Parts: sequence; structure tokens; C-alpha cells
Amino acid sequence: MTDRPGLTPSQTVGPFLSLGLPWPDGPDVVPDDTPGAIHIGGIVFDGAGEPVFDAVVETWQADPAGHFDHPESSSRTGFRGFGRCPTDGDGHWEIRTLKPGPVDGQAPHVDVSVFARGLLDRVVTRIYFPDETAANAADPVLAAVPAARRATLVAVDHGRGDLRFDIRLQGDGETVFFTV
Amino acid sequence: MSRPAPFSLPPDGTHPPLAYSAYRSAGLRAPAQPPVLLPHRLTEVTGPLLGADRIGPSDHDLTTQHAGEPIGQRIVVSGRVLDSDGRPVPDTLVEVWQANAAGRYAHARDNWPAPLDPNFTGGGRVLTDSTGTWSFTTIRPGAYPWGNHHNAWRPAHIHFSLFGTSFAQRLVTQMYFPDDPLFGQDPIFNSVPDADARQRMVSSFDLDATRAEWALAFRWDIVLRGREQTPFEEPHDD
Ligand SMILES: [Fe+2]
Repeated sequence: MTDRPGLTPSQTVGPFLSLGLPWPDGPDVVPDDTPGAIHIGGIVFDGAGEPVFDAVVETWQADPAGHFDHPESSSRTGFRGFGRCPTDGDGHWEIRTLKPGPVDGQAPHVDVSVFARGLLDRVVTRIYFPDETAANAADPVLAAVPAARRATLVAVDHGRGDLRFDIRLQGDGETVFFTV
Repeated sequence: MSRPAPFSLPPDGTHPPLAYSAYRSAGLRAPAQPPVLLPHRLTEVTGPLLGADRIGPSDHDLTTQHAGEPIGQRIVVSGRVLDSDGRPVPDTLVEVWQANAAGRYAHARDNWPAPLDPNFTGGGRVLTDSTGTWSFTTIRPGAYPWGNHHNAWRPAHIHFSLFGTSFAQRLVTQMYFPDDPLFGQDPIFNSVPDADARQRMVSSFDLDATRAEWALAFRWDIVLRGREQTPFEEPHDD
């Protein structure tokens, strides 16, 4: 045996992930009485434009000061930073959170994983914010994305702290996904 | 500015391709566009460190979550979570879910005619200890048919969800049982291109961990991505 063990491969979550993954407070990155809380949500669509009703969307982000609750971050704040919401029968998911601050020269963003039946591995995308035009224009990750597809990574402002971020797995307007 | 040391890219053939026609559900769900490389920065090398507050009192023993005992062969499943440098991953959340002994999930959308078990839900959670070791007690799940192709049967498996310490390490996978005659016809198992990698999803019978007069045992180590040693220097472009 070598001392470098081989990686465990990914497999699909399958159709019954709701037996193992959802938490009652999964979508609550922050509690509902948190000042300045925003909602980010949308619909996951398949290549036929049908809603994906058996996915789970997970989010990971910095706090409003740009810090993560993690030893590699410059300070730990106790901000959970993690959201998890299974899609409902209409393919809809939504989290309640605070808008992240800029992180190391990047525009404010939220990392996203989508798991679903039919996905043998997770797909990863990023949510950017529509009120950050200048920061988005200078963001190194957005700069690596073909210009015509960048808009798929920017949430749409529905007013009163409501942001819409649909995820199109395949086809017209396909969301940009990343290799991480 | 320098970026944090990235996690190593998985060797080719380790993970399944998203576009895999033998798996019918991938047809309308696998992205058609090539992915864009996301070099790891702080958001990717950090991740949720979910602790003991996520674990309920009977989450480690799926046979004690109801008034009675579930039907089936009682088993102890254990192993370690490591990274690919062989370092244990301590205090990390491991989530599992599975079918009952008859191969039926306690889920509204699973309606094939095998019996439900009122004493089995099939969801569990544990935290690894300081050596990366985890263990839970359950019943051995049954195989089940799934309609992907004529007479398609999933080999018996337990679904696993792992976090490691970073967004980059997040992994959802399935653990299989040794010598399953259904492997050859299962497109999900065979979606992993590398034959050695495929075998790393198969647990081994663990005689030492069996409990006399009580339970059989299987062992399975889970290996997450390790880390490059040096930070990446960002080229100066201004
Ligand atoms: Fe399954």
C-alpha cells in the first residue's frame, strides 16, 4: 500500500435525498429576526424547462465583513455561512441570509452546490449581486466567464430584500457551472 | 496578493462524467456547456464546520429511531474520513440515508411493491472523532428496481454526504457491499471510469468489528481531496 489513498468517487444523491439531507433550519443561514436579512431563491430547471423537484441547493458565503467562520479566515464570527434547501414540487428553493462582503479582491458572492437525481456529481455555481456593478466588473472569477454568459451568475433584484436566482441545468440560458 | 493553497484536482477517471447516457436521468439534467475552471480562493478553501449540535440522540443508530426494531440483518458500518495525503479529518459531519431491508425507501415517491417498515426511516448522522473515525448501526439495505432500463436493479447501497473542512471537499457518494452480483448491470456504479476508483466505493466485511450475538460489520474508509503544499502567487496585472 502507498501512503496516498485514492479519492472516493462521487455518486448521485438519487431521488430520495430528503431522507438524509434536509434540516428544519437548513434555509436559515440567519434567524428570521436578523436585521438586514435578505432572501435569495429561485427555481431549478432541467433542459426541457421543467422544474427539478428533487434537488437540494447548498450555499456557502462570507459574512457582511467578508469573513468566514473558519480557521483560515482572518477572524471567526460565528456566522454559519451555510444554507441548504431542497427544492419543492415546483422546483423552488430559497435561503434567508445576509449579503456577504467582498472577499480578497472579489465582488460579494455566494458559492453554490446543486445535487439532484441525474447529476452524478454536484454542479457548482456562484451567485453575484445586481447592485455591485463596479465590483462585478472587476471580479476575477466573472472575468474568466464568457461575457455572454455572465448574466446567469447575477441574481435579479425583486425589491425589499428579495433576490431571484434561477438555476438552469441545461439548454437555453444554461447557468455557468465551475470546476472546483 | 497570494491565493491560499488549493485542493488538488482529482485524477482523471475518479469522478463520473456528468453527461453519461446509460443513466437516463442525466439526459435532461447534465449541463451541456463545458464548466469554467474556478481557481480556489478563500471561499473554496473554507467551508461549514458543522458540529455536534447537528446530531440527535439516535442519529447514530438507525435501528433505535422507532418504538420497535426494524426487520433485517443488523450491521455496524464504520470507517475513517481521510484526505488524499492520508490525514484524518476529525470532527466532520457524516450524513447517511438508505432503503430498508426490503429495498424500499420511506419516501412518498418510492412506490414499488416492497413493504415499508414502520420501524425504519433510514436517515442517520454522526461526527468523526479526533482520529477521523465514524461508526453507525443500521440494517443491511436491500437492492431495488428502478426502471432506468429493462429489469434494472440498484446494488444495495447506503448514501453518504461528507463536508470535510472546505467547500472544495464536499462529497456525496454511495457505499456498496462486497461481491454484489448486481454491479455489472448498474450504470451508476459503472459511471466511475477508473476501475480501481470504482472498487473504492465497495466496503469490506469486517470480522473484528462484528458484535457477538448482535451484529455483522462492514468497514469503509472515505477519502476526500488533499491540499497542495504552497500558496499560489497571483500574477500582477496592474
Ligand atoms: Fe439509493
